[in-house]
Amino acid sequence: MTELLGIPPQVLFGQVLLGLINGAFYAVLSLGLAVIFGLLNIINFAHGALYMTGAFVAWFLLSYLGLGYWWALLLSPVIVGALGMVLERTLLKRIANLDHLYGLLLTFGLALIIQGLFRNYFGSSGQPYQIPPLLAGGHNLGFMFLPNYRAWVVAASLVVCLGTWFVIERTKLGSYLRAATENPVMVQAFGIDVPRMVTLTYGFGVALAAFAGVLAAPIYQVSPQMGADLIIVVFAVVVIGGMGSILGSIVTGFGLGIVEGLTKVFYPEASSTVIFIVMAIVLLIKPAGLFGRAA
Amino acid sequence: MASATGQIGTAAAASRAPVHQYVAFAVMVLLLVAAPFAIYPIFIMKVLCFALFACAFNLLIGYVGLLSFGHAAFLGAAGYITGHAAKVWGLTPELAIVAGVATSAVLGLVVGALAIRRQGIYFAMITLALAQMLYFFCLQAPFTGGEDGIQAIPRGRLFGLIDLSDMMTLYVVVVIIFLAGFLLIYRTIHSPFGQVLKAIRENEPRAVSLGYDVDRYKLVAFVLSAALSGLAGATKVLVFQLASLTDVHWAMSGEVVLMALVGGLGTIFGPVAGAVVIISLQNYLAQLGAWVTVVQGVIFVLCVLAFRRGIMGELGRLLKRPF
Repeated sequence: MTELLGIPPQVLFGQVLLGLINGAFYAVLSLGLAVIFGLLNIINFAHGALYMTGAFVAWFLLSYLGLGYWWALLLSPVIVGALGMVLERTLLKRIANLDHLYGLLLTFGLALIIQGLFRNYFGSSGQPYQIPPLLAGGHNLGFMFLPNYRAWVVAASLVVCLGTWFVIERTKLGSYLRAATENPVMVQAFGIDVPRMVTLTYGFGVALAAFAGVLAAPIYQVSPQMGADLIIVVFAVVVIGGMGSILGSIVTGFGLGIVEGLTKVFYPEASSTVIFIVMAIVLLIKPAGLFGRAA
Repeated sequence: MASATGQIGTAAAASRAPVHQYVAFAVMVLLLVAAPFAIYPIFIMKVLCFALFACAFNLLIGYVGLLSFGHAAFLGAAGYITGHAAKVWGLTPELAIVAGVATSAVLGLVVGALAIRRQGIYFAMITLALAQMLYFFCLQAPFTGGEDGIQAIPRGRLFGLIDLSDMMTLYVVVVIIFLAGFLLIYRTIHSPFGQVLKAIRENEPRAVSLGYDVDRYKLVAFVLSAALSGLAGATKVLVFQLASLTDVHWAMSGEVVLMALVGGLGTIFGPVAGAVVIISLQNYLAQLGAWVTVVQGVIFVLCVLAFRRGIMGELGRLLKRPF
């Protein structure tokens, strides 16, 4: 078997694929953060906890109601999105006019509550979740083995990301959203119910996190801690990409996933820190972020 | 720069500390003298270490308006270096502490220089991300002992003379370190330098237009805060004889935010009160396991929604005097 740069191609492409999967999660999560930040001016620290909740809802649906993966993929984002809308209406709404930092602190508190509750009932160990039968197995592509489920995760995330981009950038609803991001008072004056739009936007951003959680459930174990460290990496992704552009978030998410995967091949010791190193370099060269507008 | 700081000097002279703050300080010192006769000294020393940590954190959020979500990095890094210096290099405690504080100051210089390139929420995310990077470094680096941490760190003899294994001696040393750190922060806030920091907090563009090199002030404040957090971490390691991953974890960064928030952001005695409340709470709720996290989360939410001034902020409002 020929080798690329001294690395067997199966290893190389295998890690790139793993990187793409992580990148898919980074992209979906950072997209949700960016959409929420655009309208609410809140960095949603609870995003990781709600991603975890999404995975747990899938597990509950299977364990208690016997509803499988495909139902979970549909219902979990709806349920978690509804939970998000309740949180927005009851809590986040009250601090809308305060310094943005309070939003960060409030959602951090929410993340602690959600993660603590799940850890009380499930401990730190993970619950297994089976790959749906339709996507079990894989294909041999000659240079590597491609598990079907992993290909599905990348494809589904891409479709959802691009769908979100299309809705926001190319539809009437999206134009309202963008207008409200620019100037909520003016949009309100035109007769559009901005508070309802804020609630729906938070619900949608949170639903994206839950969707990523369901996608992640069969790959990683469903555990209370699964979102805690991930959200910090996603923050770094957001700093690198800047929150100004939707396509920017998507490209940055997938790109950094691949960078992380490649680091695992060539210098595994740095694989958990490489995204933070990239962040530091980007801050030195282009402080506003790769796709960001100067603040 | 000299003329610029001189300009503000008059304002600083006018805001000389009022009498009630001296009274509050005297009460605090008296309590510290009396406390070890009533309460387990290790517990008080733990509170003092966290109080200093929270005061250092509060210097940034309360007086410069910078929310650092990665302050655990400075607490933990100093702890590891102090522990390593005392145990492996066999340095005396004061030199081990100096090594720890210096490490945190340098780390603060690097993290601060990167983080002040962005404002507001981004600043918080950057500090959090860089602290997480340090966490992974500490997890992997050979000298930190990974999951085990550095255990059985000798307290040693201060200046090679004073034996710190005696509980009361250690207590006195920790109290002196805490008071020194506290007074340094107090002095900084009430100096011309501190006035400029407050000006930046209130209106950064205006401070820039007045000719202040805002980034330099922010960076100096950040390094000072990091070094004092390091002092807290180094002292904590000598008290508990243990340096572990808990001290560099993001949860610790969250805890210090909570202490400052509960006590009152931008108040002088608030972080101390917040540390007393939170550490006592952890102590009493320890047997509840993961519920402690839930309780802390609830306190976070309640404070942000209804108690944004914190304990000392509300007290100050009632008595119409700033604490």
